[in-house]
Amino acid sequence: MSAIPLIPNQTNSPDEPWSLPSRGRIAMYSLIIGECAIFTIFVVAYIYYIGRSLTGPTPKEVLDVPIFNTICLLSSSLTIWLAERSLERNKIKLFGAWWGLTWLLGVIFLVGTGMEWHKLIYRDGLTISTNLFGTTFYSLVGLHAFHVTVGSLMLLIVLIFTLKGKIREEHSERIQVLALYWHFVDAVWVVVFTLVYILGR
Amino acid sequence: MLFFLLLPALAFADGPQSMPSIFAPASTPASDIFSLSLFVLAITGGIFLVVAGILTYVIFRFRDKGDAGDKHEPAQVFGSTQIEMAWTVIPVLIVVVLFLTTARMIFAIQDAPKPADAMDVTVVGHQFWWEFRYPKLGIVTANELHVPLSAKGHPEPTYLKLYSADVDHSFWVPQLAGKTDLIPNHPNLTWVEPQQPGLYLGQCAQFCGIEHAKMLLRVYVDTPAQFAAWVKNQEQPAVDDQSPEVVAGRRVFETEACMNCHTIRGTVATGRFGPDLTHLMSRSTIASGAVPNTEVNLREWIKDPDHFKPGSQMPAMQLTNQQLDEVTAYLETLK
Amino acid sequence: MADRTIPIEGTLDLTPPPVDQQTWLETVHEWVTTVDHKKLGLLYMMLSIFFLLVGGVEALAIRIQLAVPNNHFLAPDTYNRLFTMHGTTMVFLVGMPFLFGFTNYIVPLQIGARDMAFPRLNAFSFWMTLFGGLMLYYSFLGGSGLYGVGNAPDVGWWAYAPLTARAFSPGNATDYWALSLIVTGVGTLGGAINTIATVICMRCKGMTLMRMPLFAWLMLVVSGLLLITITPLTAAQIMLSIDRYLGGHFFDTQAGGSAVVWMHFFWIFGHPEVYVLVFPAFGIASEVIPVFSRKAIFGYPAMVAASVGIGFISLGVWAHHMFTVGMTSVSNAFFVLSTMLVGVPTGIKLFNWLATMWGGKIRFKVPMLFCTAFLFQFLIAGLTGIMLSIAPWDWQLHNSYFVVAHFHYMLVGAIVFNIFSGIYYWYPKATGRMMSETLGKWHFWLFLIGFHMTFDLMHVVGVDGMPRSIYTYEADRGWAHLNMIISIGGFIQAIAVLIFAYNLFWSYYRGREAGSDPWDAWTLEWSTSSPPPVYNFAVPPEVKSRRPLWDIKHPEDPDWKYE
Repeated sequence: MSAIPLIPNQTNSPDEPWSLPSRGRIAMYSLIIGECAIFTIFVVAYIYYIGRSLTGPTPKEVLDVPIFNTICLLSSSLTIWLAERSLERNKIKLFGAWWGLTWLLGVIFLVGTGMEWHKLIYRDGLTISTNLFGTTFYSLVGLHAFHVTVGSLMLLIVLIFTLKGKIREEHSERIQVLALYWHFVDAVWVVVFTLVYILGR
Repeated sequence: MLFFLLLPALAFADGPQSMPSIFAPASTPASDIFSLSLFVLAITGGIFLVVAGILTYVIFRFRDKGDAGDKHEPAQVFGSTQIEMAWTVIPVLIVVVLFLTTARMIFAIQDAPKPADAMDVTVVGHQFWWEFRYPKLGIVTANELHVPLSAKGHPEPTYLKLYSADVDHSFWVPQLAGKTDLIPNHPNLTWVEPQQPGLYLGQCAQFCGIEHAKMLLRVYVDTPAQFAAWVKNQEQPAVDDQSPEVVAGRRVFETEACMNCHTIRGTVATGRFGPDLTHLMSRSTIASGAVPNTEVNLREWIKDPDHFKPGSQMPAMQLTNQQLDEVTAYLETLK
Repeated sequence: MADRTIPIEGTLDLTPPPVDQQTWLETVHEWVTTVDHKKLGLLYMMLSIFFLLVGGVEALAIRIQLAVPNNHFLAPDTYNRLFTMHGTTMVFLVGMPFLFGFTNYIVPLQIGARDMAFPRLNAFSFWMTLFGGLMLYYSFLGGSGLYGVGNAPDVGWWAYAPLTARAFSPGNATDYWALSLIVTGVGTLGGAINTIATVICMRCKGMTLMRMPLFAWLMLVVSGLLLITITPLTAAQIMLSIDRYLGGHFFDTQAGGSAVVWMHFFWIFGHPEVYVLVFPAFGIASEVIPVFSRKAIFGYPAMVAASVGIGFISLGVWAHHMFTVGMTSVSNAFFVLSTMLVGVPTGIKLFNWLATMWGGKIRFKVPMLFCTAFLFQFLIAGLTGIMLSIAPWDWQLHNSYFVVAHFHYMLVGAIVFNIFSGIYYWYPKATGRMMSETLGKWHFWLFLIGFHMTFDLMHVVGVDGMPRSIYTYEADRGWAHLNMIISIGGFIQAIAVLIFAYNLFWSYYRGREAGSDPWDAWTLEWSTSSPPPVYNFAVPPEVKSRRPLWDIKHPEDPDWKYE
């Protein structure tokens, strides 16, 4: 049961191109907007509760500014951008190198976060249940780290596909959509970093 | 429908009534709100008549009469910028009028300057009862609030500071004022200025758990003489009746853990978890309005609170019949 | 209507349909593994209708308990669980799935596409929604199990802190609420992303955004709104779970946390959510009213602008649910203004629908009956909304039955009425059969009478001082008679809904054959056969105006001359 085409001679300009944005990109932008809303709620909670903990420790007492971690994560945005450009020019091996470096920087960031938390928990006695600072800190930074983890997993999958030789130049669009997610994760870190380690201390 | 809404106000002109209608105000904040609501009702009623009128007209005037021969479609009208402007601008103007009127009243009620001789009451909401403290008078009571009448020439509002000991509650006595919530760690302030004496009914208006429905309020607006008499009685420590059954009952009260939760001023009982019982018999209901304060009910309540209010925080202490008789006799003396 | 339609050349396939002899299991497998937007749309609709009946039974239990004062039909904690579940079910398992049901089925057809942008994401979203619902209802078996009333959530659908803290809600009832809604929330987010990508990226040639049917426009706006509406709820529920399980203090007032912060986060979700729920009703009205008035929609650009405007403004009104909480007078005044302002674009839509009907030739078939009632009831609901936006008056009306009446006027009087309208309108497209007009009229009039009996009087009992969320009330308050009539109205509505359910089944087997265009309508979905083939369009269509079928049927007076 088919429906034969509707209007054979409708348009006056048959040669006008009809192009719409790519589905993947729009979907990723939509996802990012939704994720921004989630992060905003955690950020608002963090801001509202600054200075309202009834007991210590306070941010000033226990937080060290994670400069190295931040440099790693933010430069991974650069490396992923370089990877995207390499793939566009069909330089698969170069793409693999930059992509692998991006993944590595993400993992370093996660390890660094883990080490920071280890210190906070075991040396400073700050857990998620210690006080309002603990609750809001671990939730916000943890939510971000969770997103970095998911992103790293995605990067790893693509890395494995690259090493198996499955990635080609025509996958550029999809790679860029994934890279969008990674850029988003980095942008969130800029906000979290500024709020938690600079303004909130 | 408008008629139904206004029926309570039309039927009962002044003073307290058992149906706590917001359209039968007896205190300044409630009266102010009532006047504003009439104004808003007039405007919205007007809008309704116009729009619903047009809709009714359209339904009848432009219905398809079903003439078999007429297959023509009506004239296709796609829009009109002027009409769109008109029905954008007019509603905006209505909004401006409503907003300005409303804002004025918000400031008038919320930011009303507190007179120096206002009565102060501290209200603490509990699951599922009300604690009332009069800091300047040194009185503590529960569930039934007494406030002085505020005469026209000599206003004496009562300001209520609202706290919560556990979850969110809301203090609502419709004939006296709009409701204000009691939120832990977030003190609030409200006020009433009642102009008719009598008993006003209300209840908790923010879902607070299993027995939210039975967290009732009774507010007695007393004439100056009545209020003075009530205060004088409340200021006294507990009646010390020495008859044997009463003394036995007092012993039950002190040994069966009652005093861990309840205060009876003038005795060793200083518990703060439950209502102050010093003048229990001056109240007409128990269990925050759930049942009338009779000897039979009181005994049953002590025997098994869940009988009247399943899920209330007061445990059944498994007293024997004799203990129940004795402790009830004791409590019955606390006038 | 079919005999008044001008058949569209070339759209009717005269070859006989293939004879499928599938086993029952194969049919089940086909539906369980489907990624086709039409089947998923129908699955969403079946989910909604099922939970509508369940939520309705919960409502009837509530109404039996409240019919007389000091009733003992339900224990207090059973009642509290039922009203919590009634609200939660109706919002998340009825309202939202109806939204996605209609969107899934209709939007690709209306924009000339073959499916949604991401068919597998579509299926994933549906199953997440279903699993979340099953998880929520599994709570009835928890706790003391079938002997007791189980462990269903009992904290109100708004779940205010600190009642939801471990200290005040021991056991897992609250956790069922938080966790199952996080699961359905994932499904909702997937559906929203899918809809946005579909509408933006898959329109057929010539269909610019301003030539799209208004239903598709509204589903686009609602999906955008959903992205930033459902996510705050997810965030708040994560925070609540952290408080309950990891010892967090987000809403722990003993540790300096704030109960008011929960309220803000919840209503930042909760208010736009009600606009999410009502937008499909707007979309259906914008489709049904023009077709049954035989006129193009009046003021298409204004309708688009108003919809987008409502979407934006609705993000800034949330604290009108918190007028009694003790915000500053300035904050209260701000939210009074923003709430009133959202009434302006809403009114514009109403006036445009009226103007569409004006000068038309209105055919009062069942879809139009429901739409007309929608117009009356939406007007009243909007006006009581204005009353509630007056903060001082809200200090009296808040948490009373007046509010319950207002939002049921919106949810039932506007939304459910239009959902019925949409089902009667598009059922022929999905099944190839017309629903029974007679049964439809019985359904309509009974539902109308029951609805007004219940919800008109509910306004009165609220004004008379009756608060909400109470399992019983005192006999001396004067609320008893009204409550009895309100309850009877509920049962009348139930009978009407049963007639509707019967109509759905009966019409599938005995309904009159519909043909591709039974209503003589003008949007693309009516150019396919009924039901459409799996691929919708053999060749993707091309359009030149907002009403492509009008252009074909009226070649002497096509729309593209005026647009």
